[in-house]
Amino acid sequence: MTTLKLNLQSNIPLEAGTITPDQFQDKSPGQIAKLPVVFGNEPFELGDFFTVDADGSNDIILKGDASRVKHIGEGMTKGNIIVEGNAGMHLGAGMRGGFIRVEGNAGDWAGAEMAGGLILIKGNAGHALGGAYRGSRRGMTRGRILVNGNAGNETGSLMRRGLIAVGGSTGEFTGCFMIAGTVIVFGQLGARPGPGMKHGTLITFQTPELLPTFRYACTYQPGFLGLILQSLRSQGVPVVDEYLTGRYRRYSGDFTALGKGEILVYDQH
Amino acid sequence: MALYINHVEIEDTYAEAFKMWGARAIITARTRKWAYEAANRMTGFATSVIGCKCEAGIEGDVDDTLDGRPGVSVLIFTPSKDDLPKRLMERIGQTVMTCPTTACFNGLVAPDNVTIGGQLRYFGDGYQMSKLVDGRRFWRIPVMEGEFLIEDRFGMQPSVGGGNFLILGENADVTLDAAERAVQAMRKVRGAILPFPGGIVRSGSKTGSQYKFLIASTNDAYCPTLRGVVQTALPEGINSVLEIVIDGLDEQAVEEATRVGILAACIPGIRRITAGNYGGRLGQFKIDMHRILRQEAAA
Repeated sequence: MTTLKLNLQSNIPLEAGTITPDQFQDKSPGQIAKLPVVFGNEPFELGDFFTVDADGSNDIILKGDASRVKHIGEGMTKGNIIVEGNAGMHLGAGMRGGFIRVEGNAGDWAGAEMAGGLILIKGNAGHALGGAYRGSRRGMTRGRILVNGNAGNETGSLMRRGLIAVGGSTGEFTGCFMIAGTVIVFGQLGARPGPGMKHGTLITFQTPELLPTFRYACTYQPGFLGLILQSLRSQGVPVVDEYLTGRYRRYSGDFTALGKGEILVYDQH
Repeated sequence: MALYINHVEIEDTYAEAFKMWGARAIITARTRKWAYEAANRMTGFATSVIGCKCEAGIEGDVDDTLDGRPGVSVLIFTPSKDDLPKRLMERIGQTVMTCPTTACFNGLVAPDNVTIGGQLRYFGDGYQMSKLVDGRRFWRIPVMEGEFLIEDRFGMQPSVGGGNFLILGENADVTLDAAERAVQAMRKVRGAILPFPGGIVRSGSKTGSQYKFLIASTNDAYCPTLRGVVQTALPEGINSVLEIVIDGLDEQAVEEATRVGILAACIPGIRRITAGNYGGRLGQFKIDMHRILRQEAAA
C-alpha cells in the first residue's frame, strides 16, 4: 500500500497524472517523490506536495483534500486508488483498467474517454462525466462509472460503450451525441437528454423533459435491463425490485441524428 | 467376479461412449412454465444423432439467472465441432426466439466458443442493439412481443455421448418402473442429460443391418420376441428390456449419472443390468459397470 498525504493548501491546480499504480509500481518512496508534476505552470516533483509512504504495491491511498489535484489515475491500467477526500478534474481520464474510489466529490471530466476499469464516486461528480474532450470523437469506450450523488452537464457525451450509473440527478444534455453505451440516472435526468444521440440507452426512473426529436415507441419490459440492474446490485448499488420487473416507456431518437438511440422511462402506473 | 446390488446382477461389462461436443443454454422467461415451453421445444426431436443431427435434453431448473427470472438449463450435443453451432442456431432461432417472454444465455464457460446471438441478431434487420455487461455481449432483437435477448457467444467443449445401460426385467411393467426410478435419480446429476423420451429407450440399436441402406437396426440380441430366432443375450425369465442413454459434458458426469441410475433401477423383478458396447472398437470412453459401482458393492 502506498500512502500519499497531501501537504498543499492553494487554489492553484496541481496536475498530477503521475499518481497511478502503473507509475508507482516497484518504486521506493524516494523514487515516487521524484515523479514529475506541474503546479500552476511550473514543473515540480510529487514529493514537493505529498508525504510518500510506499511499499511498491499496486494500491494507493490519497489522504487530504485533493479537489485541486488533477489527473489522478489518468491512463492507469491496473491497481487501486482510494481518494479519501475530494478529487480534482480528469480523475481516471483515459484509464484502461483498475479501480478508483473517491470518498468525496470528483471534478469535471472524471472518467473522460476511459477505456476500462471502474470508478466509484461516493459524492458528486462534475460535468462531462465519462465524456469526450472537446474535438474528440468518442467519450468513454469501456468500463463503468458509479456515482452515488449527482453528476453535472453532458454526462456521457459521445459515449461509445460502457456504463454510467448516477444515484442522484444529472445536469443538462445527459448523453449528448451518444454513440452507444448506457447511462442510468436514478434521480432526475437533466433537461434535454440525448441530443444528437445515434445509438445508446438512457434510463431514468422519473419523468424527464424530453426533446421533441424523440418519439414514443411503446411501454414494455426491456429484458436486458434486468442484467444491468442485477450487475449494479452486485456492486452494491441499491436497486429496488420494482425497477427489475417494471415496465418502461421507450422513446426513440434523436431523429436529428440516426434515431436508433433510446430513452427508457420507468412507468410508475 | 459377479456383482449383485439388491439381488440384481450387474454384468461385468462396460458402456462404450463417444466423444461429442456439448453446449449449455440457459433459457429464462417470465415464468418457469414459459421457460419450459421453450426448453421442451428446443430439446424436441433430439434423441439420437443417427436421425436428429444432435442430442439434447433438459438439465434442470436454474434459479440464479443473469436476469433474475426463472430459468431452465438445456444441454445439446453433436458428434462434430462444426455441427454444434448450426444446431444451436436452428434450435434457438426456431424454438426459443419464437417463444413468448424468453431470453437465452450461455451457460458454459469454455475455451472454445461460437457466435450464436451475433448471428441471430440479423433477424432484427438492422434494428438490433447490443449491450456489453460485465464483459459479456448480449443482443436485443426487436420482435412483435417486445425484445428477444440472447447472448452473443456460447461456450462449447469436448463431451461424452452414448453412455448407456440396459435394464433386464421379468416383465414390461417392472422394467418400466425401474427405468423411471433410474431416470428420476439421474436427472439430479448436473452436466448430464437423457435425450430419449422420458429418458428411456425401448428400441436400442446395433450398428448395421441386413438392409444396405440402414446404418443401424434393432438390437435383436436383446429383443425378447426374437429369443430362439437369433443369438440372444437374454437369460431365461427376461421378458422386457429398456435402455437409458446418457450424454454429459464430461466423463465424470456420465459415470455419476450411470451409477445413480443403476442403483435406483435395482428393484425386485429386475434380473440383470448390462451395458451396450461395440467391443471397444468405436468409442473413446469405456464406462466400466463394476468400477463405478465398486464402492456400493463393497458396502
